[in-house]
Amino acid sequence: MIANETVRRLQAILPPHCLLLVREDLKPFETDGLTAYRNTPDAVALPETEEQVKQVLSACRETGTPVVFRGAGTGLSGGALPVDGAVLLAMTKFGRILEIDPLARTARVQPGVRNLAISEAAAQYGLYYAPDPSSQIACSIGGNVAENSGGVHCLKYGLTVHNVIALRVLTIEGEELVIGSGALDAPGYDLAALLTGSEGMLAVILEITVKLLPSPERTQVILAAFDDVGKGGAAVGAIIAGGILPAGLEMMDRLAIEAAEAFVHAGYPLDAEAILLVEVDGTQEEVSEDVMRVRDILLGSGATEVRTAKDEAEQKRFWAGRKAAFPAVGRLSPDYYCMDGTIPRKALPAVLKRIAELSAEYALPVANVFHAGDGNLHPLILYDANQPGATEKAERLGADILELCVEHGGTITGEHGVGLEKIDQMCAQFTPAELEAFHGVKACFDPDGLLNPGKAVPTLIRCAEYGAMHVKSGAMPFPELPRF
Amino acid sequence: MSFLLSSCPLCEMNLPEISERIRAATGPLAIRAGGSKDWYGENVAGEVLDVSANRGIVSYEPGELVLTAKCGTPLAEIETLLDQHGQMLGFEPPRFGAASTLGGTLACGMSGPRRPYAGSARDFVLGMEIVDGEGRHLKFGGQVMKNVAGYDVSRLMVGALGTLGVLLTASLKVLPRPQAELTLQFECDEMDAIRLMNEWAGKPLPLSASAWLSGLLSMRLSGAQSSVSAAHRKLGGEVNPHGGEFWAGVRDHGAAFFRDGAPLWRLSLPSTAPPLDLPGRQLIAWGGAERWLKSEAAAADIRTRAAAHGGHATLYEGDRTNGVFHPLPEALLKYQLRLKQQFDPRGILNPGRMRP
Repeated sequence: MIANETVRRLQAILPPHCLLLVREDLKPFETDGLTAYRNTPDAVALPETEEQVKQVLSACRETGTPVVFRGAGTGLSGGALPVDGAVLLAMTKFGRILEIDPLARTARVQPGVRNLAISEAAAQYGLYYAPDPSSQIACSIGGNVAENSGGVHCLKYGLTVHNVIALRVLTIEGEELVIGSGALDAPGYDLAALLTGSEGMLAVILEITVKLLPSPERTQVILAAFDDVGKGGAAVGAIIAGGILPAGLEMMDRLAIEAAEAFVHAGYPLDAEAILLVEVDGTQEEVSEDVMRVRDILLGSGATEVRTAKDEAEQKRFWAGRKAAFPAVGRLSPDYYCMDGTIPRKALPAVLKRIAELSAEYALPVANVFHAGDGNLHPLILYDANQPGATEKAERLGADILELCVEHGGTITGEHGVGLEKIDQMCAQFTPAELEAFHGVKACFDPDGLLNPGKAVPTLIRCAEYGAMHVKSGAMPFPELPRF
Repeated sequence: MSFLLSSCPLCEMNLPEISERIRAATGPLAIRAGGSKDWYGENVAGEVLDVSANRGIVSYEPGELVLTAKCGTPLAEIETLLDQHGQMLGFEPPRFGAASTLGGTLACGMSGPRRPYAGSARDFVLGMEIVDGEGRHLKFGGQVMKNVAGYDVSRLMVGALGTLGVLLTASLKVLPRPQAELTLQFECDEMDAIRLMNEWAGKPLPLSASAWLSGLLSMRLSGAQSSVSAAHRKLGGEVNPHGGEFWAGVRDHGAAFFRDGAPLWRLSLPSTAPPLDLPGRQLIAWGGAERWLKSEAAAADIRTRAAAHGGHATLYEGDRTNGVFHPLPEALLKYQLRLKQQFDPRGILNPGRMRP
């Protein structure tokens, strides 16, 4: 429980409509986009001014109260999951686009602004904000920075970290830091890279300046079908080695295709083992050339069918199936659990084969949706949470899949973040010395460990306990640590 | 297609040696590989830690767009291999000598003319192995395009001038080399050049470099042949048949502009910053965001002007009495010093190279 003293301090700082303390009001904040994890917060602060944010942080520091930051609450790793005894500090009321500079191609925004709203506001100048997570209609830019969000256009246009040029943040010690400027670099260490993707562990974001890009003159989408997932994977490598950098390069396997087709009728071929969506963009001439080359490469890679969207409506239809893949799979099963591993693309056939085996072992179906261009795999595990033990089983399968990604030289999270969800798998990816270095970075910004405690980086003791349950090939991880 | 090159028996021996040297050090170490950027940053008084033997390309997979190399590998070796496979380093790093290495380039965080259009050195880093100030071997990031596990320590290393750790190995995203390139020239004054660079960057044009010097604006177009030709028709201008040479001169500071005795400053500013009212000659690059200044003006005046325009100034050549880098605000400095203390508690890695 949160201390009475903290509540009194918060009440003195915030007007009543900015502070939620009763259960009915708190309930909606019990989870983020990872709804399997729920924990009703003790208090929710919804400040309206930066001064209020500052005072809330200082009250928390002085009373030793933990703070969890929250944006739109669409995160998929439990990063904004309330922590017992903590204040949940939601930045949703900071929703203003402060400035768009069309000549400099930048937008200065508050953290609660929705991702898509930036592109909508910039459209009148022929500009847009490139990173486009699937939740872009709802997710906030502050959350995007905290998670270093990706999307379907990362291979060509990068992640959030590549598209943020300046940040204004507030530390728990009450200092306001301006990181970066309108210039392309800044003196000193690159704190913008460090803070982007730091999952609310280092500071709260007050203002963000993002880069805007000119909207491409033309976009074209090609759909290719394969009778074998491996062939589809090889085609992706061939397109890239052929010198083309597609704006989007997505793959779906049979189960995902069937689910999407049944849901949105995108016109996907139902007899395919895998489909590939290739989006090329650029100038008129460039797109014409690339479309021809991509078609040739796809056919040369053994595609059973290659279709180029006839018009914008068909392009949208091709994408609609992919963008609706998660809810479409959701219709097949009462619950699904979305994973986020990234692998070197060449490992795709081996990883998919092993996922199929694991799926059979656990008797849980898995549909695969894949940002093939950048190797980011989203296996969706289908399960029914109402069956006893099913959630735990799905989590164990998910953990196995993530560790499989690490074994193949990949990572446990490509774009969703570690949060609470993947905290144990961090032990598989990093050594104790590396985890200590992460704790050291956190201590630089948050010496008392009050910001989002228990998330993103596991304690070594937690890893030792987790390791005791996951002994691989007879090798005990972290053998040097004492166990309980 | 994939290459696993294990042609560097020395480098395997080198890692324990580097860790050992750092652990055993009782005083400051000055990290050095090719030595082509010895002049950059503040002076370091310390025993030289030569890391040039830690070289060799570890793996390169054109179909994955990923290259991993030991940090002592000469840039030229990397770029030659990439070129053979129709690829390149997207940030077009400067080479201040044949000995320029990957590690030195990343430690200095230096990017060339393509930077505003394709991204910076740090943008292309996917992962890094380092040895910290306690001699611990640490690995961050990886060889995949997307990776948000843990804090982004590998990108933090870029531009840290070796003060947080010795860079051992880096994995980089690489890019396909454009089919065609064309350099166009336009006569215009400084004000118009700044405006045009920014206006054109807001249009869907295949721009890849820009520079203005002595009344002449140069723009480089890169991409499919048809796209470059179409952009040429739209923009007009005179073709510079020696475009390759011109951009190499801007990138590596071989151009005549850089070669008189006056102090050389680099001002990093918002691209739309107006012409600087400072004495001396200027070369504007990076779409207006980089202003090279040859000037005898006082350091304080140059810094004040850069800050007033929302940027910062770095001294490349000249009297270092007043410091090389732009001073940091107090609050920011506090957190940066804590990071230094965290990664190098004894303060032995390149101490003072980033600040006096």
